[in-house]
Amino acid sequence: MSGGRILGIYAVLYLIFLYAPIVLLPIFAFNDATIIAFPLSGFSTRWFEALWGNAALGDAVGNSLFIAAMTAILSTLLGICAARAGAMADFPGKSGILGFVMLPLVLPEIIIAVSLLIVLRQVLDMQLSNWTVIAAHTLLCTPFSIAILNGAFQNLDPSIEEGAMDLGESRWGAFCSVVLPLVMPGIVSSLLIAFTISLDEFIIAFFLTGSNPTMPVYIWGLLRFPQQLPVVMALGTILVALSIVLLAIAEFYRRRGLARAGLKDSGGFL
Amino acid sequence: MTALIQLRGINKYFGDYHALRDIDLEIKQGEFFSLLGPSGCGKTTLLRTIAGFEDPSAGTLSIDGRPMAGVPANKRPTNMVFQSYAIFPHLTVAENVGFGLRRDPRSKAEKAGAVKDALEMVGLGGYGARSAHALSGGQRQRVALARALILKPKVLLLDEPLSALDRKMRELMQVELMKLQRQVGITFILVTHDQEEALVMSDRVAVMFDGQIRQMDDPEAIYTRPRSREVAAFIGKMNFLPGTLHSSGEGVEADVAGLGRAMIPPDRVTPGLGSGPAVIGLRPESLAVLFEGETTTRRTVEGTVDEVVYYGDMTYYDVRIAGVDEPLNIAMKNLVGRDVLEVGTATRVAWDERSLVPLAP
Repeated sequence: MSGGRILGIYAVLYLIFLYAPIVLLPIFAFNDATIIAFPLSGFSTRWFEALWGNAALGDAVGNSLFIAAMTAILSTLLGICAARAGAMADFPGKSGILGFVMLPLVLPEIIIAVSLLIVLRQVLDMQLSNWTVIAAHTLLCTPFSIAILNGAFQNLDPSIEEGAMDLGESRWGAFCSVVLPLVMPGIVSSLLIAFTISLDEFIIAFFLTGSNPTMPVYIWGLLRFPQQLPVVMALGTILVALSIVLLAIAEFYRRRGLARAGLKDSGGFL
Repeated sequence: MTALIQLRGINKYFGDYHALRDIDLEIKQGEFFSLLGPSGCGKTTLLRTIAGFEDPSAGTLSIDGRPMAGVPANKRPTNMVFQSYAIFPHLTVAENVGFGLRRDPRSKAEKAGAVKDALEMVGLGGYGARSAHALSGGQRQRVALARALILKPKVLLLDEPLSALDRKMRELMQVELMKLQRQVGITFILVTHDQEEALVMSDRVAVMFDGQIRQMDDPEAIYTRPRSREVAAFIGKMNFLPGTLHSSGEGVEADVAGLGRAMIPPDRVTPGLGSGPAVIGLRPESLAVLFEGETTTRRTVEGTVDEVVYYGDMTYYDVRIAGVDEPLNIAMKNLVGRDVLEVGTATRVAWDERSLVPLAP
């Protein structure tokens, strides 16, 4: 056998290993049986209907969407500030500070979750709510936003902003009229990715939600009831589809941004 | 003519780094002025100081009699053409050129007319609707020029505007820039590291080293009467011969290694340079190799051809003469019927007292 063929087989096995579990989600979501097992017993959409009728789930989805939207906005705003400082300003200790800002990217979530719980409850004595989850998710998502926006800002010619100022704009006016439109694809991309990360984050949300759980936490609760498993599968199917759509949109905007600035693609998330 | 721009004792520090040292400068209305020097000499910092992107650490700057301290870049009567051109890639050519008119109270139609005129002035009539990121280097430069000139600044600042262009395009744009400057009558300040560019285009050139202006003169004076060895070596080619100067009532006499004694013409005497050891400069084109049988009324010295570099229109010879370590570099026009000498040929080198440039060692 030629080396190319072995590599081909390896690639196929690799993809099956990665995606087979996810492919199972829609299969059982549309299967007309309570037990998750082959052989399949027929096509049904009743699990999706059951989802629709579940008010507690509706609340959980609402919580998650609100948290994800706020997290996306906050982490993108913070990301814009950090990326702009990194690309255009010079200050003492710059590289150290920028490296430190990226640290949550590699910090185990369980550690962030436990330490935040201690800080919020013991030190600050705050009630757990959607806002505590938003704060924690912002901490988690900001490094991702910075990474994405860094690309957008570093591709920018620094004299573009000075050029606009030279032509009569104030610093803020130059930022709004020239810099912002040019980094907009990065901003959209950052919003979508932060939204996606926050939407299906479990560990931190599990520790920090108050009385009203987020969607992943609610799903975890459902797993204790075996007859609810197909409902979870249905919900999972929707989530996977949503994630793929959001990431695809994010990547579309990132590439369009590169094309607009006339630059070569140098990696990304997809 | 009065000074349009006045700089008095400008100093600039970046941390401990002394980027500009005691810059005193006056630039007249309508002048084409160049700041010339190697990279890192402070010329771009000086330009950015005039534009308002850097605040001087000390000293005063005034434009048209108005002090510029505390006046930000967007309120100064200057516009800049950036080295990268800083074209806004998300806008069309016309939107780029009209960018500075956004706060202008004139009507839309009047502004559109001004944009059209500006584009025609730089030879880009009909390009208005194009997307700016699809332009070539030369076209970007024209857009940058039109965008700055449409605001009718008192001073146009150009930061190495031709360095990104290929040689042919650069030579073309040099001529166009000069024409444009005469046409609009605006003061141009050009930053360049290319001595040829500075000599060709400018009314006056300031040569900068280490954050200081070392010499400020018209191009001809900069080239033929450099006042220091650094300037002489930076502008064109120059042979340096060790020598001694003797000042007396009759003038200054030089004893030049390899060439002998010679009177220095009065207009060549560098101010402040008295008797004592010196370096004598000689441009390659002020020397000539003599071909066999050729006679001359100029002074000559025996030598041997050490190296021949053929350039097509010119041939550069390195000729060794007795008493000097370095061979003399000599530029000869390749005239019809004139052979190129071979390496090792014994020859004579012709020179004049008039072309000697005495410099501090």
